[in-house]
Amino acid sequence: MSNGRCALVTGGSRGIGAAIAKGLAADGWAVGVNFRSDAAAAEQVVRAIEDAGGRAVAIQGDVADPQAADAIFGRLEAEIGPVLCLVNNAGVRADGLSPQIGDEDWARVVETNLTGAFRLTRRALRPMLRARYGRVVNVASIVGQRANPGQANYAAAKAGLVGMTKTIAAEVARRGVTVNAVAPGLIDTDMTAGLEGGLLDAVPARRPGTPDEVAACVRFLASDQASYVTGTTLTVDGGLSA
Amino acid sequence: MPATITAEQVQSRVFAALEEFGADPDALALDATFESLDVDSLDLVELGQIVQEEYGVEIKGEDMPTLKTVGDAVALVVGRAKA
Repeated sequence: MSNGRCALVTGGSRGIGAAIAKGLAADGWAVGVNFRSDAAAAEQVVRAIEDAGGRAVAIQGDVADPQAADAIFGRLEAEIGPVLCLVNNAGVRADGLSPQIGDEDWARVVETNLTGAFRLTRRALRPMLRARYGRVVNVASIVGQRANPGQANYAAAKAGLVGMTKTIAAEVARRGVTVNAVAPGLIDTDMTAGLEGGLLDAVPARRPGTPDEVAACVRFLASDQASYVTGTTLTVDGGLSA
Repeated sequence: MPATITAEQVQSRVFAALEEFGADPDALALDATFESLDVDSLDLVELGQIVQEEYGVEIKGEDMPTLKTVGDAVALVVGRAKA
């Protein structure tokens, strides 16, 4: 079942992105499940959505590629319709203490996590502004608001996402387009494997969060009920930053 | 993109776009200001997309403060299309 509106989730084949894709599909969005390299995982997400009665397509594209936005949106617009919800979730890590982070590891993380999100948002806004409706949700991180040694590049990109979210939200608010972020804390995914260590002791909830708990926040921000919520960052971290 | 673009063509396209944005058709004139027409900066961004698609002319962020009247926008598009 689909209400005919299309949502794009970048990095939708695994972890938080896959949970968001499934959640938005359950809310009636036709979902573009973007992936960079794991086609099989993306197809699995698509099948799970279809089995639950939803509509989805897997779309390859590396958001760090400047041509990706036009290619991904062009295909979704042709196959499904205008993309009225964009979730910038695709992210990479290349950890190291700052003296060890080379230019390449800096650039790769910033290109994917921040610049890629900007390019996709820029492309998404055109039809959203014309439609007088749109939802952009950026998946930031508690890292960026709170120090996590070894992730200067990641923290810079994620903090950048929050600043970008606020500014674009203010630019387009009068057209019914909202732009928000979620800032997950320690979430149980492949990407956080190996990070638990000392960080988990600092989480008041005494457990890592689940991808579905992050997806629930994204689903709210993407919903019609969140029409007056814009420019904000919803932290979902089990109290870590409290 | 047509081989030659006339000022009349651009004017008529710009007028049509502004009407679509909600401007009062009776108030449309080259010397009308965007402010008086209640056309805001996001409308101008949208106008920029239209002229880029139709005439291959780019209106940049730095051009925005120079665009006060409808005539300013028409002149910019015609000038750049010929350049």
